[in-house]
Amino acid sequence: MVDRIPILKMGRYLLLSIQVDMHDQLALDLQEDLTQQIVKHRAKGVLIDISSLEIVDSFIGRMLAHIANVSQILDAKVIVVGMQPAVAITLVELGLSLEGIATALNVEKGMRWLERNVDEDLSLECERGDDPDLSAEAGD
Amino acid sequence: MGTTQTFPLKQETDIVVIRQQVRKVAEQARLGLVSQTKIVTAASEIARNALIYGGGGEARLTGTQRDGRSAVHLVIIDHGAGIEDLDKAMVDGYTSGNGLGLGLSGARRLVDDFSIRSAPGEGTTVELWKWR
Ligand SMILES: Nc1ncnc2c1ncn2[C@@H]1O[C@H](COP(=O)(O)OP(=O)(O)OP(=O)(O)O)[C@@H](O)[C@H]1O
Ligand SMILES: [Mg+2]
Repeated sequence: MVDRIPILKMGRYLLLSIQVDMHDQLALDLQEDLTQQIVKHRAKGVLIDISSLEIVDSFIGRMLAHIANVSQILDAKVIVVGMQPAVAITLVELGLSLEGIATALNVEKGMRWLERNVDEDLSLECERGDDPDLSAEAGD
Repeated sequence: MGTTQTFPLKQETDIVVIRQQVRKVAEQARLGLVSQTKIVTAASEIARNALIYGGGGEARLTGTQRDGRSAVHLVIIDHGAGIEDLDKAMVDGYTSGNGLGLGLSGARRLVDDFSIRSAPGEGTTVELWKWR
C-alpha cells in the first residue's frame, strides 16, 4: 500500500491529488505533512484534488475539515476540487456538511478561485497600509 | 451468487480491504453508482467502529437476493464491550470518543435495511443491506 501522498509546490501554492483509497493513518500523516509544508513554504493556497476518491466517510471528512481549519490559522486558503457527484450525495445523507470548506468542480476552477482569493488578500494587506506607497495613493 | 466471504478486521488497512470488497460485490449486484457509494461508505463507518470501539472482529459479505432484487448483505461482528445504550448511540452527533457521532446514524440512512444487536460485554453485530 502507498505510504505517503505527494504534495507538490507550485509558486505560492501547494497541490495534492488523493488517488488511493486512504487508510486512516495515511490520512493523518497527510494532515501533518501538509501543515508542515504550508509553514515551510509559506504557502498562500492549497488545492486538494479528490476526483479519484470513490468515497468520503466521516474520517476523511474530518481530515478535510481539519486541514481547512489549520490552514485558516496559518493564513492559507484551501480549495477541495473534483468531488464525484455520488460522493457528494452520500456525504449529505451521511450527515457531513463540510460547511466552511470551499469546493470547486475541477482543478482549473479551483486554481482560479485560489488566484482570486489570495490576490484579494494581498490587496487588503496593501489597503491596511503594509505598503506605504500604495496606501498613500489609495488614501483618498 | 449467495456465497459468503469472510474478511478479518484487525487493523486499519482491513477497513480498506472491506471497502474494496463491498464495492466489488455491489458492482456485481449491479447496484447504481450512488447506491454502491452509499453501501461502501456505510461499511467503512461500521467497520471502523468495530475496530476502534469493539477491538476488531470480522466482516461477512454476501452478494445475494432480497425480495427478488439483487442485493449486498454485509454483517460486521465484534466481541468488544458492546453498547450500553443503543438508542443514545444511534442519535446523530452522539460520540463517546472524539468522532462526529455520525457513523451509526449516518450508516443507517445510507442503506436499505439496517439492524444492530449489542449487549454490554458481548460485542456488537451490525447488519447492512443494499439492493437494486
Ligand atoms: N462496535 C461498537 N462497540 C462499542 N461501542 C460502539 C460500537 N460502535 C459504536 N459504538 C458507540 O457508539 C457511539 C456512536 O458511534 P458513531 O459511529 O455514531 O460515532 P463515532 O464513532 O463516535 O463518531 P464518527 O463515526 O462520526 O467518527 C460511539 O462513540 C461508541 O461509543
Ligand atoms: Mg463511528
